[in-house]
Amino acid sequence: MKHQFTDAGPGESSLTGRDLRITDSTLRDGSHAMSHQFTEEQVRGVVHALDAAGVEVIEVAHGDGLGGSSFNYGFSQVDEFDLIKAAAEEAQQAKIAVLVLPGLGTVENLKRAHAMGASVARIATHCTEADVSIQHFAAARDLGMETVGFLMLSHRAKPAELARQGRVMVDAGADCVYVVDSAGALVLSDAQERVQALIDEFAGSAEVGFHGHQNLSLGVANSVLAYQAGARQIDGALCALGAGAGNSPTEVLAATFDRLGIRTGVDVDSVLAAAEDVVQPIIPRLPWMDRSSITQGYAGVYSSFLLHAGRAAERYGVPAHAILQRVGEHGYVGGQEDMIIDIALALQEEHAASAALYEGAGVGA
Amino acid sequence: MNQAPRGTAAIVGSGNIGSDLMFKLMRRSRHIEPRFMVGVDPASDGLARAARMGLEASAEGVDWLLARPELPDIVFEATSARAHATNAPRYAEAGIVAVDLTPAAVGPFVCPPVNLDFNVHAMNVNMITCGGQATTPIVTAVSRVVPVVYAEIVASISSRSAGPGTRANIDEFTETTAAALEVVGGAERGKAIIILNPVEPPLMMRNTVFCAIPAEAAEAGIVRDRLDESIHRMVDAVQEYVPGYALRADPQYDPPRATWRGMARVTVPLEVRGRGDYLPDYAGNLDIITAAAARVGDILVAHKLGLPPDGAAGPSLDVREQPVGARA
Repeated sequence: MKHQFTDAGPGESSLTGRDLRITDSTLRDGSHAMSHQFTEEQVRGVVHALDAAGVEVIEVAHGDGLGGSSFNYGFSQVDEFDLIKAAAEEAQQAKIAVLVLPGLGTVENLKRAHAMGASVARIATHCTEADVSIQHFAAARDLGMETVGFLMLSHRAKPAELARQGRVMVDAGADCVYVVDSAGALVLSDAQERVQALIDEFAGSAEVGFHGHQNLSLGVANSVLAYQAGARQIDGALCALGAGAGNSPTEVLAATFDRLGIRTGVDVDSVLAAAEDVVQPIIPRLPWMDRSSITQGYAGVYSSFLLHAGRAAERYGVPAHAILQRVGEHGYVGGQEDMIIDIALALQEEHAASAALYEGAGVGA
Repeated sequence: MNQAPRGTAAIVGSGNIGSDLMFKLMRRSRHIEPRFMVGVDPASDGLARAARMGLEASAEGVDWLLARPELPDIVFEATSARAHATNAPRYAEAGIVAVDLTPAAVGPFVCPPVNLDFNVHAMNVNMITCGGQATTPIVTAVSRVVPVVYAEIVASISSRSAGPGTRANIDEFTETTAAALEVVGGAERGKAIIILNPVEPPLMMRNTVFCAIPAEAAEAGIVRDRLDESIHRMVDAVQEYVPGYALRADPQYDPPRATWRGMARVTVPLEVRGRGDYLPDYAGNLDIITAAAARVGDILVAHKLGLPPDGAAGPSLDVREQPVGARA
């Protein structure tokens, strides 16, 4: 199923190796869509399939990164360190990556993940707060881990500012910095300009990556544009399993890049099988562009807020999309899931007040 | 200015926290006169401001301070956890009492509305963190009524109010705050999360406290009423020294859920509006810790100078005497 209908990408002509590395986040970003209920058996199955398909990096952690198991983000059914250990045992060639959000996950968590077999540290901050990651990059380097910086909600910073923040991470020890479209809000050139700004800033001293979401259905298209601007690491998830409307589907990325003649090292047939035969049967709900997740892309809301907004909507009797719209208006950032309760209460109160006004005016009689 | 005898203080660290503390001591302290502001960066705005306000300011660090002919009675550390770990033994050796506003946790934790009965002979006390000062009292209020097997807090602060020390100490923030939720708050296990938000205009400091509670406490009834009362009383106690501390909404009670490992939960949403002593009122995270430190400093200095306890700062805050409900 290899199609070579088009020319190879610009400047990439070697006959061996690959042009781009795909990191699969089914077992990390997908944890959001699973409400953090992955079992060890499921993790082993997914790692086995991805590893066999040639995916080189597999991320495993709570959706909010190490230490994410909590009231605020949802408790993990199985301790993430057990899942990381299982993944590392299962992988033959793939490296196991973990995510750390400083302010939630700590250097201690990172050391423990490393002891369980993780070898890639992905360290994430809000896109304007890169300097909170400096101690974590230093620790990851000391552990001998490969390092990746994650600038979350990248739509919230202009390209030049994003490049400055990326520079902070590179100076702290990042081998690669990702433009992370946590809200699925970047529309084509928005994504490409940000990748380009980082490429220009780093001038070859570090790689650039792109992490997309499907809230406006642009994860794969943005990933192609990111590659064309110079990104060499791209994230995906099988069956798009991820927060919001999900991530760029790994199997679609593999097929699309293959059609473009851009070598990812991932076998298209095997990864299609992994999505359909291994992941689809275990997921309760396929990520989808419904009113709430589209609102996230449109209003620029951190994707993992989706299911939490749904639960608050049910608890307080207000629409989830209205909660998410307001999260966007207030400018809440990743990690502020607690503010969803706040907004739901405010909406409930406003609703009650307008209902009282309506009755008081006698219009309903 | 009152005419009571006053002790002298040095503030080490001329950033956001040190500057806010300087204004609080100058404007409202009963027993303390801030005399020195110590930093390490000659270009620091904070040092220049302190000098304009009449303090002796130096960028030559603790070496300079300890070489003064007349040492301060008390030092407030507003640098970083690592710096305080180095400085603490030097202050002790020089006989200077230290109030530590970094998360170094060298000395015992103090949270004024909870444990103002701390040991006044201690040479070093720790003010936990801004998030810890804001949330530990609520965990205490809950744990006085029911057992709390797990407490979790989320502190959101504006990026502008988070200076380099806070940013370099983010792990220490989460670890020290979590420890205080246990040691001071009375939770069996604590967890803390901090978020920096850069939105403009800056967001007010917000904190959410989640406590696991027994299933019956989440149902309408006498235990829940006692929880509500205990929480409201504690908010009143904090308001005595941080007037902008408030509940954003009533405590929210949820019955046990399987995905919460069978725990029931109370959620307490808090807002901390600052007094605008240094940064504008969004930076309540400065006030909640500097006001606490100023208060603790007053008590320590009063003790050192042999002054009677400060009525305004003492017993009215001590809520240990209230009925505390069913906790075994």
